[in-house]
Amino acid sequence: MSDQARVLKFQIFRYNPLKKGDKPRMVTYEVTEAPGMTIFIALNEIRETQDPSLQFDFVCRAGICGSCAMVINGQPDLACRTLTANFADGEIKLLPLPGFELIGDLSVNTGKFMRAMSERVESWIHDQHADDVNYDKLEERMDPDVADEIYELERCVECGACVSACATKRMRPDFLSAVGFMRLARFALDPRDKRTDDEFYEIMGNDDGVFGCMTLLGCEDYCPKDLPHQTQIAYLRRKMALIR
Amino acid sequence: MKVIYTDSLVIGGGLAGLRVAIASMQRGYDTIVLSLIPAKRSHSAAAQGGMQASLGACIKGDGDDEDVHFGDTVKGSDWGCDQDVARMFVNTAPKAIRQLAAWGVPWSRVRGGDREVIINGEKVTITEKHEAHGLITARDFGGTKKWRTCFTSDGTGHTMLYAMDNKAIQLGIPVHERKEALALIHEDGVCYGAIVRDLITGELAAYVAKATTIATGGYGRLYSVTTNAVISEGIGTAIALETGVATLGNMEAVQFHPTAIVPVGILTTEGCRGDGGLLLDKDGYRFMPDYEPEKKELASRDVVSRRMTEHMRKGKGVPSPYGDHLWLDITLLGRKHIEKNLREVKEICEYFLGIDPVKEYIPVRPTQHYSMGGVRTNATGESPTLKGLFSAGEAACWDMHGFNRLGGNSVAETVVAGMIVGEFVADYCGANPLNVSTATIAHFLKKEEKKITDLLVRDFGENPFALKAEMQQIMMDKVGIFRNGPDLEKAVEELTVLNQRARHIALRNRISSSNPELVEAIRVPKMIKLAQCVAYGAMLRTESRGAHAREDFPERNDRDWLRRTLAAWPDDSTDLPDITYEDLDVMKMEMPPGSRGYGVDNIILHPDSEKRMAEIEEITKANSAAGRFELQQLLNPTPIPEKFKGKNERIGRGYK
Repeated sequence: MSDQARVLKFQIFRYNPLKKGDKPRMVTYEVTEAPGMTIFIALNEIRETQDPSLQFDFVCRAGICGSCAMVINGQPDLACRTLTANFADGEIKLLPLPGFELIGDLSVNTGKFMRAMSERVESWIHDQHADDVNYDKLEERMDPDVADEIYELERCVECGACVSACATKRMRPDFLSAVGFMRLARFALDPRDKRTDDEFYEIMGNDDGVFGCMTLLGCEDYCPKDLPHQTQIAYLRRKMALIR
Repeated sequence: MKVIYTDSLVIGGGLAGLRVAIASMQRGYDTIVLSLIPAKRSHSAAAQGGMQASLGACIKGDGDDEDVHFGDTVKGSDWGCDQDVARMFVNTAPKAIRQLAAWGVPWSRVRGGDREVIINGEKVTITEKHEAHGLITARDFGGTKKWRTCFTSDGTGHTMLYAMDNKAIQLGIPVHERKEALALIHEDGVCYGAIVRDLITGELAAYVAKATTIATGGYGRLYSVTTNAVISEGIGTAIALETGVATLGNMEAVQFHPTAIVPVGILTTEGCRGDGGLLLDKDGYRFMPDYEPEKKELASRDVVSRRMTEHMRKGKGVPSPYGDHLWLDITLLGRKHIEKNLREVKEICEYFLGIDPVKEYIPVRPTQHYSMGGVRTNATGESPTLKGLFSAGEAACWDMHGFNRLGGNSVAETVVAGMIVGEFVADYCGANPLNVSTATIAHFLKKEEKKITDLLVRDFGENPFALKAEMQQIMMDKVGIFRNGPDLEKAVEELTVLNQRARHIALRNRISSSNPELVEAIRVPKMIKLAQCVAYGAMLRTESRGAHAREDFPERNDRDWLRRTLAAWPDDSTDLPDITYEDLDVMKMEMPPGSRGYGVDNIILHPDSEKRMAEIEEITKANSAAGRFELQQLLNPTPIPEKFKGKNERIGRGYK
């Protein structure tokens, strides 16, 4: 690294739908790069020293909570763990995640979307006896490999990158999207969930479900947690196709 | 005036808040959860390591039970905890983990047969019992006698939070996202809900409730470098303080975690050391055995953090542009283990440090991590001074952690407190009619409206971001891991000035809807008050206990300081809280104060300690036929809710 710190050029989408007369536009901000700087650090610096109205969402700032997905130089990713050093020319263009309701600037309402998704796929263990379990007793056993496999599919952080990268979702507004399929695959694998294949079919056996997927697999390409979307969508589709 | 009525209002959508909400909903009470963010993004998700519960299924947990867990927790707390609460906690934790298993957490399981592990830097083969195959397994953590920390690979908090939120969704519990509680509504010592701002529209509303629960997590962001999420600013705790009626307990008890990465302060889990990772100095030398021959890297967090700091002060730290640090070495665990059980750590190292921890050492330093202090509650989770106000999880000083929390006991507390406090919240909803005048509600609403209007019209004044940065620096420099009188006095003085300046904040972006600067302007004065509670409490406490380490008073002084600090702020025009103390009664302790077995033994004994010890011996002798349960009842008859009274079954041991 040279002695002279770089000046980074951030082009940031600005629009506050609640502000009368505000229009969408790109605004440029300059930030002096520091070693180890992430987009999280840079955006906070811009807010604190240049424009206190700039909206964005961070929570854990460690790549764990999924709050901060945005479009970074054309690709959806978690901003908190993206180092500015990754950009050779020091130019970074930030846009809010498409496919979600815009709150303002880089902030989108992923929470609303994800709650609706969870309700739609009934993202919980279906077992009518689950609440009668005597918790004093030894827990029900589970094969250690099965537990590990379920966890592999449960690593999704609901960041929304897959939704924003999905061409099918662009054409079908009610398309369930990879995040929903991954959740269904997770519960379909879980022996504690007593749902039958028929019941899963009711949720995803249509064109807004697993049959609508055009298999362009933006989800697979952009998932920051490297979840096996391709495999799981194919698996669900085969499983569903065999039912009727 | 927008008013929303409910029975049980829960502020905070992390593990503790959701669990309380589930309890009150399941008992048939209308329930609303308020959250700054989508619930699944809460800081609970960041808990990588695990949850302590004495299931004793894995071979290294053999012989574990509630009593062993109790002893570890009390020692960990440096005898600062409430032993009634610790007892309720250890007895309920196994049930909590089993309930979560039924709700969908894919806990890692015991695999019968041989497996290779790293213990004390050496490869060792251990043999898991075949009859335990498929039960929930556990890993080693600091300050514990047994391997008791149950986990899901490397994503324990994540899977717990997802299962909990999914359960809440199943029950149809509304989570009102992007809402911030600004003040509690209260009258004549009773709390009736909160005034709440919508973070998108800026609209204020009164959420009026029978019972109000604060479950907003810790106050780590009072420090400039912390492992905590950016939302862990202690605002829930602060609005309790601002009632002038509710009290905060042990605010000076702040934990520093040994292994956060340098410089950004992101946590690498205690599981790294639990699974066999080592701490090394600039010469690549493993120094912890010299300081802590028995527990080594796995003494309690307060002890390891101090030993690391001590060692760096001897010039053994690794110099860097961000100050000295030490190394965490997990290379000896091997790629397979790291990529499965410590994958989050690997990702963090790759993304934030650009290193591969399979081959390289991780630069680490003790960093603010956990708030033992919080809203003071009694064992039912209710504020002793403000009726109808409850608190659970890190936000509360329910007080099972005293002056130092054990790793794995925090997510455990969130769900166990959620279960227990949730039952008492439901009881309260059932026993108390909602009886508050609209005039009272309007009074509190107008007060918050006026504060915001004042901020929006003021032309010149203080910058909230700058005030916050100054506060965070004071806390870092003067109220850190080692503390002393002169520095603390200076901190209190400087925070006093900041508190005055915080009354004159002005904004550059003067709109009432979604506005990060306004959010900051609302929060910063609250945070400065909390910081003052921490600094002032630390200044007054002239002893060292757990995470509160005074260089000028190095001994743990049970004689004078076996008591809990209570902070109240009855007069908003003052710059200091009222501090009072609540004695811990040694004569009621199941485990009277003694040596922790790690750290420096430097104790001024309480005069009752020996008396109680003798009494316990007498009771034990007189009841030599009594089993451990009867004996425990004789020593510490703790009121546990009926639902959670049952004995816990363990493999190979039954209900014994």
